[in-house]
Amino acid sequence: MKKSYKLENLDCANCAAKMERAIGKIDGVNECSISFMTQKINIDAEDEKFDDVMVAAQKAITKVDRGCKIIK
Amino acid sequence: MNKEQKIDIAKILISAALYAVGFATGNFWFFIGAYLVAGYKTIFEAVIGIIHLELLDENFLMTIASLGALYCGQYPEAVAVMLFYQVGEFFEDYAVNNSRKSIAGLMDIKAEFANRLADGKEERVDPEELKLGDVILVRPGEKIPVDGVIINGSSSLDTAALTGESMPRDVTEGAEVISGTINLTGLLQVRVTKVYEDSTVAKVLDLVENASSKKASVEKFITKFAHYYTPMVVGCAVALAVIPTIVFGWSAFDEWLYRAMIFLVISCPCALVISVPLSLFAGVGSASRQGILVKGSNYLEALAKVDTFAFDKTGTLTTGRFAVTKISPAGGISEAELLEMTAVCEAKSNHPIAASIAACWKERSDNTEASEGPVTDYHELAGKGISCLYNGRKIYFGNAALMRDIGADFVEATDMGSIVYVADENNYLGYIAVADQIRDNCADTLAELKKLGVKREIMLTGDRLEIAEAVGKAIGVTDIMSELLPGQKVDALETAIAAEGEKNRLVFVGDGINDAPVLARADVGIAMGAFGSDAAVEAADVVIMTDDISRLTAVMKIARKTMKICRQNVVFALVIKFAILGLGAFGLATMWEAVFADVGVAVLCILNSMRALKL
Repeated sequence: MKKSYKLENLDCANCAAKMERAIGKIDGVNECSISFMTQKINIDAEDEKFDDVMVAAQKAITKVDRGCKIIK
Repeated sequence: MNKEQKIDIAKILISAALYAVGFATGNFWFFIGAYLVAGYKTIFEAVIGIIHLELLDENFLMTIASLGALYCGQYPEAVAVMLFYQVGEFFEDYAVNNSRKSIAGLMDIKAEFANRLADGKEERVDPEELKLGDVILVRPGEKIPVDGVIINGSSSLDTAALTGESMPRDVTEGAEVISGTINLTGLLQVRVTKVYEDSTVAKVLDLVENASSKKASVEKFITKFAHYYTPMVVGCAVALAVIPTIVFGWSAFDEWLYRAMIFLVISCPCALVISVPLSLFAGVGSASRQGILVKGSNYLEALAKVDTFAFDKTGTLTTGRFAVTKISPAGGISEAELLEMTAVCEAKSNHPIAASIAACWKERSDNTEASEGPVTDYHELAGKGISCLYNGRKIYFGNAALMRDIGADFVEATDMGSIVYVADENNYLGYIAVADQIRDNCADTLAELKKLGVKREIMLTGDRLEIAEAVGKAIGVTDIMSELLPGQKVDALETAIAAEGEKNRLVFVGDGINDAPVLARADVGIAMGAFGSDAAVEAADVVIMTDDISRLTAVMKIARKTMKICRQNVVFALVIKFAILGLGAFGLATMWEAVFADVGVAVLCILNSMRALKL
C-alpha cells in the first residue's frame, strides 16, 4: 500500500534525509521518500504491517527531530 | 515572515548587538551574553541529542565546536560560530519557505468554492461536494471548480495558470470548460461532467505535489554523500584532537583542539542537502509556470542529457486536422466554383477529406448552407471517389486512378497530402489538395533543439512514406520511420534507444492519446496538447498543456539550466569545504574561514538555487 502524508515542522533537509533512511529500514517498508521541499512523506509498505509501520515511522522521525509530526 | 522567523531575527539582532559591544569594550560578559542569546536553543537541543545518543546531530556538533573555541579562549570566534549558525539557519528557512510559497502561488488553481444551483436556489459548496450532473454558476472572476460543460452563457477563460498561454479562450454554450481556468467576462451555467477528484485541477495538483518524490540521481548522491560526510569529518576531528596530543603531549592539546573544532563547524552538509532539492524544485516550478508539468525531478535530470528526440507525426508535428492547402482550377472554372462544387457534392460523404473541404467552403463563402438540392444520382466509387449529377451535369471527384479510368486529361499533382481531382465527362476541372497541417513554429523548434545539442531527430509514423517524407522535408527531419503499425512504434523506439550512447537519453513526443506504450518506453515521454486530456496527463512523464511545440525548447532550457545550477552548487560547496578542511588540518585556517565554509557556502548555494525559480 502506498500512502502520502504531510509532515509538520520538518525544518532541515539533512534531517529529512536521515528520516528517510531510518524509515526505509523499518520492517515491512518497501520504499520511503521524504521531500523536504513539499514537506511530504510517501511511504510504500506491506498492507498487513501498515499501521505498525506508521507508528515506527513516527518514532524514527521524532528521534531525528522532536517537533516533526506525520499528519494523518 | 511568520512569528517564529520574527523571533529568530530579533535574537540574531540582539546577539549581534551584544557581540559588537563585546568587541568595542573587550568585556568578556558581552560575548557570553551574545553567545547565550543566539545559542540557547541550540544548546538545549544538543542536550536532548546527547540523551538520545544522537551525537551526529547538527545542534550537538555546533555546540561542541563553539564550546571548544571558548575553551581555547577564542571568545569572538565561539560567538561567531553560534551567531552565524543561526543566521544560516534563518536564511535557509526563509529561502525555502519563500520558494515553497512562490511555487504554491503558481499552483493556486483550485477554486475555494462552487455555487451550486439546486431548485432554482444558489448555494455555496465545497468543489469536492459536487456530483455528476449538478449545475453550477460561475461568475466573472471566479475559478472553474470542476470540469464541465456550459449549458448557458458565454465568456472567455483565462487558462494561463494551466497552460502558460496569455490569450484567453472564448467559450460558449456546449463547450467544455476545464477546472482551474478563470472565468473572465460572462456568467456561466455549467453542468458538472467530472467530480473534483477526476477533474483536471485535482490531477495537475497531485502531479506537481508528487513530483519531488521521484528524486533525481544527483539528489540521491547528495543524501548518500551526506550520510558518510558528517561521520567522516567528525571522526577526523576526534582524531585531530586526540592523536597529536598523545604524540606531542598535553601542551599541544589546545592548538589541535582548535583545529578539530574547525572540522566540526564544517561537518554539516547543509549547503548541498538543501540547495540541490531546492534547485530541482524551483526548476519544476518554473516549468509549470509555462504550462509544462514535469512529473519528477528525475525527468528534469534526464531531459538535460537528451540527445535524441523522436516525434510522433500526426497530432504532434502536425495538428492532426486536415485542411485544404491548395485549390487548383483548370481552365474555364474559378477557384470558388471548384470549391463550392466539390463541397456540395461531397457533402453526403463522411470521409474526413470531404469534411475538411466543406469546412473550407463554409469559411470562405457567405452561403454556409450546404444545399443538397442540385446533387442527384450520387454514387460512391469504392477506393476511387464519387460521381454524381450536379445541376444535371455529371461530375467525378476522386483520386488519380479514377481520372485515368474516365480518361481525363490531367497532370498528377505533386502537392503534399491527399488530392481530390475533379472532372466532368468532357473536361478536367482541376484539383483540391487536402493535408494535415504542420504546426506553427515546428521547423524553428526542431532547428533550435539541434542548436541546444540534440543530435538526432526521428519521425515515427503510421502514415505512408511519401507523406512522412513531405512533412519531414518541410520541417527538416530526414530520419523517418514510416508505415509503422501501433505495436511497431515501440520496436522502432527500442532500436533508436539501442543506437544512442550509455549516458544519453531519448525523448519521445506524442499527443498522448494512442501512443501511451511508446511514451512509457522512452527515457522521457512528453505528451503535447494535453489540456483537458486525462489519458495524456497520465501516460507521459512530462506534460505540455498547450499544443505549442516551441515549449519543447523551453523545457529543454529549463532542464539544462537547473542541472547546471545543481552542478555548480555541488562543485562549489565540495571544493570550499574540502579546501578549508585541508587548510584547517594544517593550522592554516581559522574559525572564521570555517564559518564561511559552512554558513557562507550554504547561503551562496541557496541564492544560486533560487535562480532556477526564474527560468
